[in-house]
Amino acid sequence: MRSSYDVIIVGAGPGGSITAKTCAQAGLEVLLIEKRQEIGDPVRCAEGVGKEGLIHHIEPDSRWIAAELKGSMIFAPDGTEIKMSEEASSQKAGFNLERKIFDRVLAQQAAMAGADVMVKTRATGLLRSNGSISGIKVMYMGEVTEIKASIVIGADGVESKVGRWGGIDTSLKPVDINTCTQFLVSNIDAGEYNKFYIGEKYAPGGYLWLFPKGEHTANLGLGILGSKCGTVRPISLLHKFMETYMPQGKIIEMVVGGVPVSGPIKQTVANGLILVGDAARQSDPLTGGGIINAMDAGKIAGEVCIKAKEKGDYSVKILKEYEDRWRATIGKELSKSLMIKNLLIKVSDEQLNQLAHSLSGIDTSKMALPKVLPILFKKNPKILWELRTLFI
Amino acid sequence: MSVIVNRYKCGYCGACVGVCPAGALELVETWIEVDNTCTSCGVCAKICPVGALVVIK
Repeated sequence: MRSSYDVIIVGAGPGGSITAKTCAQAGLEVLLIEKRQEIGDPVRCAEGVGKEGLIHHIEPDSRWIAAELKGSMIFAPDGTEIKMSEEASSQKAGFNLERKIFDRVLAQQAAMAGADVMVKTRATGLLRSNGSISGIKVMYMGEVTEIKASIVIGADGVESKVGRWGGIDTSLKPVDINTCTQFLVSNIDAGEYNKFYIGEKYAPGGYLWLFPKGEHTANLGLGILGSKCGTVRPISLLHKFMETYMPQGKIIEMVVGGVPVSGPIKQTVANGLILVGDAARQSDPLTGGGIINAMDAGKIAGEVCIKAKEKGDYSVKILKEYEDRWRATIGKELSKSLMIKNLLIKVSDEQLNQLAHSLSGIDTSKMALPKVLPILFKKNPKILWELRTLFI
Repeated sequence: MSVIVNRYKCGYCGACVGVCPAGALELVETWIEVDNTCTSCGVCAKICPVGALVVIK
């Protein structure tokens, strides 16, 4: 290990590893640290990704693809089913990953590109000099050391500390987080669609999901809005669902997690500092999906680091390009999703049923959500009036 | 003022760390550490997916 790097990335999830790989491929001196002793485990994720978004970053590999999907099915509280697909032309809309392997492969790719990697190594603070972040303090096996860097990347997930240490308030309010429990359930018929169950009946302010992970196995999870949590908890609601609808299912793994659903935050760069992925609250406020956004943001962050190194300037003046580029792409989508999320958390189960019924007779099976939404709006302007700016 | 973490319930997901307004919590491998900046506001206990946290006033 060196005592100084061009870029240190805190957190070896998909966002951190893509940043590390991008920087290392360009010849930058890179250190990727992960506080856990094992990269990718335990997961905190339903593991679904769109095919299109994924193949920009990595060639699909059967080692880490648990299932290929035909599309999604949404279930209204009364059981009405809406079938959708991301990909009108293809039967393969997306994948459910085996994150334990996927995350490891991405970290490995960063390592092969030249990045140093340290596991069981936790950032405990930032170094500063001349008004800029200039490295991190880390703890490894109980020993604290300092490592210098021109840029520190905070890819440290929902529990991110790097941003806060750098003066960026990333704390989430209860309404900004979905709190989740997930069981890996076996002895069930998982099907070929990702299933979403919406409404207070299942998951107040969130949804319940069933994502197939290969034969007779699926991620069965449930997330509720933090502001609606307390008297009910995701774990008890999920047990209740299983007892009612899936009594034969056997739980072979259990994970919990929090997903940022705040939408874009005000600031994600500072002098010598960039936030990426869940740490930058770049997960989708509607779906909770964050893998592809984190990887896209990681790519942009890496490219901006390369530019900063060329210019020898690590200040906000140069790093702001990251901010501009992710807001113009990921940020726009997050804002749209936030509008829909904010409406859906107010809509009653009865109204959700009405929305689902309004699609009867329309074949949505080859449409993705952006195509279905305008149809819903046209048929239910009263319920969805708040969203009108999305369609004008 | 502090929070008590029931380690037998905690799934070490870090959701509580993300919502703590004071930045008083930290997830270290499989356990949560609470420092003396905790204000007992209770947000962590509210959002915990498994109800592993109890606030002491």
